[in-house]
Amino acid sequence: MKKLLIAIAALGLVAGCGESEQVVVYKQGKYQGKPDTRSWDNEQPVAELRGGSWKKGDRANWEEQIKNRQLAQHEHRRIYQ
Amino acid sequence: MARMKFLCDAERCIECNGCVTACKNENEVPWGVNRRRVVTINDGVVGAEKSISVACMHCSDAPCMAVCPVDCFYRTDDGVVLHDKDLCIGCGYCFYACPFGAPQFPQAGAFGLRGKMDKCTFCAGGPEVDKSEAEFKKYGRNRLAEGKLPACAEMCSTKALLGGDGDVVADIYRERVLRRGKGSEVWGWGTAYGPGAPGAKPPAQPARKS
Repeated sequence: MKKLLIAIAALGLVAGCGESEQVVVYKQGKYQGKPDTRSWDNEQPVAELRGGSWKKGDRANWEEQIKNRQLAQHEHRRIYQ
Repeated sequence: MARMKFLCDAERCIECNGCVTACKNENEVPWGVNRRRVVTINDGVVGAEKSISVACMHCSDAPCMAVCPVDCFYRTDDGVVLHDKDLCIGCGYCFYACPFGAPQFPQAGAFGLRGKMDKCTFCAGGPEVDKSEAEFKKYGRNRLAEGKLPACAEMCSTKALLGGDGDVVADIYRERVLRRGKGSEVWGWGTAYGPGAPGAKPPAQPARKS
Protein backbone atom coordinates (compact mmCIF):
# COMPACT_ATOMS: atom_id res chain seq x y z
CA MET A 1 0.00 0.00 0.00
CA LYS A 2 2.81 2.34 0.97
CA LYS A 3 4.69 1.52 -2.24
CA LEU A 4 1.58 2.19 -4.26
CA LEU A 5 1.13 5.60 -2.62
CA ILE A 6 4.78 6.45 -3.26
CA ALA A 7 4.37 5.42 -6.91
CA ILE A 8 1.26 7.57 -7.32
CA ALA A 9 2.98 10.52 -5.63
CA ALA A 10 6.01 10.08 -7.88
CA LEU A 11 3.76 10.02 -10.95
CA GLY A 12 2.05 13.15 -9.68
CA LEU A 13 5.38 14.90 -9.29
CA VAL A 14 6.51 14.18 -12.84
CA ALA A 15 3.12 15.01 -14.36
CA GLY A 16 4.23 18.56 -15.11
CA CYS A 17 7.30 17.38 -16.98
CA GLY A 18 5.39 16.20 -20.03
CA GLU A 19 6.09 17.93 -23.31
CA SER A 20 2.95 18.85 -25.09
CA GLU A 21 2.74 20.44 -28.54
CA GLN A 22 2.93 24.23 -28.21
CA VAL A 23 2.20 25.07 -31.83
CA VAL A 24 -1.40 25.54 -32.80
CA VAL A 25 -2.32 23.07 -35.50
CA TYR A 26 -4.90 24.63 -37.77
CA LYS A 27 -7.81 22.43 -38.71
CA GLN A 28 -10.10 23.34 -41.56
CA GLY A 29 -13.58 23.91 -40.23
CA LYS A 30 -16.51 21.99 -41.60
CA TYR A 31 -19.43 23.85 -43.10
CA GLN A 32 -22.17 24.15 -40.51
CA GLY A 33 -24.94 25.69 -42.58
CA LYS A 34 -27.83 24.45 -44.63
CA PRO A 35 -27.29 22.22 -47.68
CA ASP A 36 -27.55 23.79 -51.10
CA THR A 37 -28.98 22.31 -54.26
CA ARG A 38 -26.66 22.06 -57.23
CA SER A 39 -27.17 24.15 -60.33
CA TRP A 40 -27.95 21.18 -62.57
CA ASP A 41 -30.55 19.80 -60.15
CA ASN A 42 -33.04 22.31 -61.47
CA GLU A 43 -35.60 22.18 -64.19
CA GLN A 44 -34.37 24.03 -67.25
CA PRO A 45 -35.70 27.57 -67.35
CA VAL A 46 -38.59 28.68 -69.47
CA ALA A 47 -37.74 29.57 -73.04
CA GLU A 48 -38.22 33.33 -72.49
CA LEU A 49 -35.28 33.40 -70.07
CA ARG A 50 -32.96 32.01 -72.77
CA GLY A 51 -31.03 29.93 -70.28
CA GLY A 52 -30.42 26.98 -72.58
CA SER A 53 -31.57 23.45 -72.09
CA TRP A 54 -30.45 20.50 -70.03
CA LYS A 55 -31.97 17.51 -68.31
CA LYS A 56 -32.61 17.91 -64.61
CA GLY A 57 -29.78 16.27 -62.67
CA ASP A 58 -27.56 15.78 -65.73
CA ARG A 59 -24.37 17.54 -64.79
CA ALA A 60 -22.51 16.91 -68.05
CA ASN A 61 -25.45 18.31 -69.99
CA TRP A 62 -25.55 21.46 -67.84
CA GLU A 63 -21.77 21.90 -68.07
CA GLU A 64 -21.94 21.65 -71.85
CA GLN A 65 -24.62 24.32 -71.94
CA ILE A 66 -22.71 26.64 -69.61
CA LYS A 67 -19.51 26.08 -71.61
CA ASN A 68 -21.27 27.24 -74.77
CA ARG A 69 -22.32 30.31 -72.85
CA GLN A 70 -18.71 30.91 -71.79
CA LEU A 71 -17.44 30.60 -75.34
CA ALA A 72 -19.96 33.22 -76.42
CA GLN A 73 -17.74 35.71 -74.55
CA HIS A 74 -15.01 35.04 -77.11
CA GLU A 75 -15.68 37.51 -79.89
CA HIS A 76 -12.74 36.35 -82.01
CA ARG A 77 -14.33 32.93 -82.25
CA ARG A 78 -17.77 34.41 -82.78
CA ILE A 79 -16.63 36.72 -85.57
CA TYR A 80 -14.13 34.58 -87.45
CA GLN A 81 -15.94 31.25 -87.45
CA MET B 1 -14.97 19.66 -63.52
CA ALA B 2 -15.57 23.36 -63.80
CA ARG B 3 -13.83 25.80 -61.46
CA MET B 4 -15.71 29.06 -61.79
CA LYS B 5 -13.43 32.11 -61.91
CA PHE B 6 -13.44 35.72 -63.02
CA LEU B 7 -10.70 37.12 -65.19
CA CYS B 8 -10.48 40.83 -65.97
CA ASP B 9 -8.48 42.00 -68.95
CA ALA B 10 -6.86 45.29 -67.89
CA GLU B 11 -6.11 46.15 -71.55
CA ARG B 12 -9.83 46.22 -72.29
CA CYS B 13 -11.48 47.58 -69.15
CA ILE B 14 -12.64 51.14 -69.79
CA GLU B 15 -13.85 51.82 -66.23
CA CYS B 16 -17.45 52.19 -67.34
CA ASN B 17 -18.76 50.51 -64.17
CA GLY B 18 -21.28 48.58 -66.24
CA CYS B 19 -20.40 45.42 -64.29
CA VAL B 20 -21.02 47.20 -60.98
CA THR B 21 -24.39 48.44 -62.18
CA ALA B 22 -25.35 45.05 -63.65
CA CYS B 23 -24.53 43.37 -60.33
CA LYS B 24 -26.47 45.94 -58.32
CA ASN B 25 -29.46 45.62 -60.57
CA GLU B 26 -29.47 41.85 -60.97
CA ASN B 27 -29.12 41.09 -57.28
CA GLU B 28 -30.87 44.17 -55.86
CA VAL B 29 -27.91 44.79 -53.60
CA PRO B 30 -28.70 47.29 -50.82
CA TRP B 31 -27.26 50.78 -50.61
CA GLY B 32 -23.73 50.82 -49.21
CA VAL B 33 -22.90 47.28 -50.29
CA ASN B 34 -20.74 46.82 -53.37
CA ARG B 35 -20.29 43.25 -54.39
CA ARG B 36 -18.22 44.40 -57.34
CA ARG B 37 -16.20 47.53 -57.98
CA VAL B 38 -13.76 48.86 -60.53
CA VAL B 39 -10.27 49.66 -59.29
CA THR B 40 -8.05 52.02 -61.28
CA ILE B 41 -4.31 52.37 -60.85
CA ASN B 42 -2.17 55.25 -62.15
CA ASP B 43 -5.36 57.28 -62.41
CA GLY B 44 -4.85 60.19 -64.78
CA VAL B 45 -1.35 59.17 -65.89
CA VAL B 46 -1.43 59.14 -69.67
CA GLY B 47 -0.69 55.68 -71.08
CA ALA B 48 -0.29 54.08 -67.67
CA GLU B 49 -3.86 54.08 -66.40
CA LYS B 50 -5.28 50.59 -65.95
CA SER B 51 -8.59 49.47 -64.52
CA ILE B 52 -9.81 46.11 -63.39
CA SER B 53 -13.13 44.98 -62.04
CA VAL B 54 -12.82 43.25 -58.68
CA ALA B 55 -15.24 41.12 -56.68
CA CYS B 56 -14.96 37.84 -54.82
CA MET B 57 -12.39 35.77 -56.72
CA HIS B 58 -13.86 32.48 -55.48
CA CYS B 59 -10.43 31.37 -54.28
CA SER B 60 -9.52 27.70 -54.49
CA ASP B 61 -8.09 27.97 -50.95
CA ALA B 62 -10.26 30.74 -49.60
CA PRO B 63 -8.93 32.66 -46.56
CA CYS B 64 -12.45 33.78 -45.59
CA MET B 65 -13.40 30.14 -45.27
CA ALA B 66 -10.34 29.49 -43.11
CA VAL B 67 -10.95 32.28 -40.60
CA CYS B 68 -14.74 32.08 -40.23
CA PRO B 69 -15.45 31.24 -36.57
CA VAL B 70 -18.88 29.81 -37.31
CA ASP B 71 -17.88 27.94 -40.50
CA CYS B 72 -20.62 29.44 -42.60
CA PHE B 73 -18.68 29.19 -45.90
CA TYR B 74 -18.83 26.36 -48.37
CA ARG B 75 -17.62 25.69 -51.90
CA THR B 76 -19.99 24.35 -54.51
CA ASP B 77 -19.07 21.58 -56.94
CA ASP B 78 -18.30 24.28 -59.53
CA GLY B 79 -15.78 25.96 -57.21
CA VAL B 80 -18.00 28.89 -56.21
CA VAL B 81 -17.44 30.11 -52.64
CA LEU B 82 -20.76 30.81 -50.93
CA HIS B 83 -21.95 31.34 -47.38
CA ASP B 84 -25.01 30.80 -45.23
CA LYS B 85 -26.39 34.13 -44.00
CA ASP B 86 -28.48 32.40 -41.35
CA LEU B 87 -25.26 31.32 -39.70
CA CYS B 88 -23.12 34.43 -40.27
CA ILE B 89 -22.62 36.52 -37.13
CA GLY B 90 -21.24 39.57 -38.97
CA CYS B 91 -17.93 39.49 -37.07
CA GLY B 92 -15.92 40.81 -40.01
CA TYR B 93 -13.02 38.35 -39.80
CA CYS B 94 -13.56 37.40 -43.44
CA PHE B 95 -13.23 41.06 -44.42
CA TYR B 96 -9.79 41.27 -42.78
CA ALA B 97 -8.71 37.94 -44.28
CA CYS B 98 -9.81 38.64 -47.85
CA PRO B 99 -7.04 40.13 -50.04
CA PHE B 100 -9.65 41.60 -52.42
CA GLY B 101 -11.97 43.32 -49.93
CA ALA B 102 -14.84 41.23 -51.23
CA PRO B 103 -16.90 40.74 -48.04
CA GLN B 104 -19.27 43.66 -47.51
CA PHE B 105 -21.36 44.56 -44.48
CA PRO B 106 -24.59 46.53 -44.59
CA GLN B 107 -24.36 49.43 -42.14
CA ALA B 108 -27.77 50.97 -42.57
CA GLY B 109 -29.00 50.21 -39.05
CA ALA B 110 -28.79 52.35 -35.94
CA PHE B 111 -25.74 52.46 -33.62
CA GLY B 112 -23.24 51.51 -36.34
CA LEU B 113 -24.82 48.10 -36.64
CA ARG B 114 -22.84 45.69 -38.77
CA GLY B 115 -25.17 43.29 -40.50
CA LYS B 116 -24.53 39.90 -41.98
CA MET B 117 -21.82 39.64 -44.57
CA ASP B 118 -22.76 40.00 -48.23
CA LYS B 119 -20.52 39.20 -51.16
CA CYS B 120 -20.47 38.19 -54.80
CA THR B 121 -22.10 34.79 -55.26
CA PHE B 122 -20.99 34.32 -58.88
CA CYS B 123 -24.74 34.71 -59.43
CA ALA B 124 -25.18 31.26 -57.88
CA GLY B 125 -27.55 32.19 -55.06
CA GLY B 126 -27.04 30.47 -51.74
CA PRO B 127 -28.26 27.69 -49.47
CA GLU B 128 -31.97 28.18 -50.06
CA VAL B 129 -34.31 26.55 -52.56
CA ASP B 130 -32.96 27.52 -55.98
CA LYS B 131 -34.70 30.46 -57.67
CA SER B 132 -36.96 30.96 -54.63
CA GLU B 133 -38.00 34.30 -53.14
CA ALA B 134 -35.98 33.55 -49.98
CA GLU B 135 -32.84 32.89 -52.01
CA PHE B 136 -33.26 36.09 -54.00
CA LYS B 137 -33.80 38.22 -50.90
CA LYS B 138 -30.74 36.89 -49.10
CA TYR B 139 -28.30 36.18 -51.91
CA GLY B 140 -29.64 37.58 -55.17
CA ARG B 141 -30.31 35.90 -58.48
CA ASN B 142 -29.27 32.32 -59.17
CA ARG B 143 -28.24 32.61 -62.80
CA LEU B 144 -26.15 29.44 -62.80
CA ALA B 145 -29.33 27.47 -62.03
CA GLU B 146 -30.81 29.14 -65.12
CA GLY B 147 -27.85 28.03 -67.24
CA LYS B 148 -26.39 31.52 -67.38
CA LEU B 149 -23.15 33.19 -66.35
CA PRO B 150 -22.85 36.08 -63.87
CA ALA B 151 -24.59 39.25 -65.00
CA CYS B 152 -21.44 41.40 -64.65
CA ALA B 153 -19.45 39.29 -67.12
CA GLU B 154 -22.30 38.88 -69.57
CA MET B 155 -23.05 42.62 -69.48
CA CYS B 156 -19.44 43.76 -69.96
CA SER B 157 -19.47 45.87 -73.12
CA THR B 158 -15.82 45.36 -74.05
CA LYS B 159 -15.78 41.77 -72.76
CA ALA B 160 -12.92 42.74 -70.45
CA LEU B 161 -14.53 40.84 -67.63
CA LEU B 162 -14.72 37.14 -68.38
CA GLY B 163 -16.52 34.70 -66.13
CA GLY B 164 -16.74 30.93 -66.22
CA ASP B 165 -14.59 27.82 -65.93
CA GLY B 166 -11.01 28.88 -65.25
CA ASP B 167 -9.60 26.87 -68.15
CA VAL B 168 -12.13 28.21 -70.65
CA VAL B 169 -11.73 31.89 -69.73
CA ALA B 170 -7.94 31.46 -69.63
CA ASP B 171 -8.05 30.05 -73.18
CA ILE B 172 -10.07 33.05 -74.36
CA TYR B 173 -7.69 35.46 -72.66
CA ARG B 174 -4.61 33.72 -74.06
CA GLU B 175 -5.91 33.90 -77.61
CA ARG B 176 -6.50 37.62 -77.18
CA VAL B 177 -3.01 38.17 -75.84
CA LEU B 178 -1.50 36.27 -78.76
CA ARG B 179 -3.57 38.24 -81.26
CA ARG B 180 -2.78 41.68 -79.89
CA GLY B 181 0.72 40.81 -78.67
CA LYS B 182 0.59 42.41 -75.23
CA GLY B 183 -1.06 42.41 -71.84
CA SER B 184 -0.02 39.01 -70.53
CA GLU B 185 2.08 40.23 -67.62
CA VAL B 186 -0.40 39.99 -64.81
CA TRP B 187 -1.64 36.45 -64.77
CA GLY B 188 -0.12 33.10 -63.82
CA TRP B 189 1.36 30.12 -65.62
CA GLY B 190 -1.87 28.29 -66.44
CA THR B 191 -3.40 31.39 -67.96
CA ALA B 192 -0.33 32.25 -69.98
CA TYR B 193 0.47 28.78 -71.31
CA GLY B 194 -2.70 26.75 -70.88
CA PRO B 195 -3.50 23.72 -68.78
CA GLY B 196 -1.19 21.43 -70.83
CA ALA B 197 -1.35 17.64 -70.62
CA PRO B 198 -3.23 16.19 -67.64
CA GLY B 199 -0.94 16.09 -64.62
CA ALA B 200 1.72 18.23 -66.29
CA LYS B 201 3.62 20.62 -64.04
CA PRO B 202 5.35 23.90 -64.89
CA PRO B 203 9.13 23.59 -65.30
CA ALA B 204 11.27 24.04 -62.20
CA GLN B 205 12.77 27.45 -61.56
CA PRO B 206 16.49 27.62 -62.41
CA ALA B 207 18.73 27.59 -59.33
CA ARG B 208 19.80 31.05 -58.20
CA LYS B 209 23.42 31.94 -58.11
CA SER B 210 24.50 32.92 -54.63
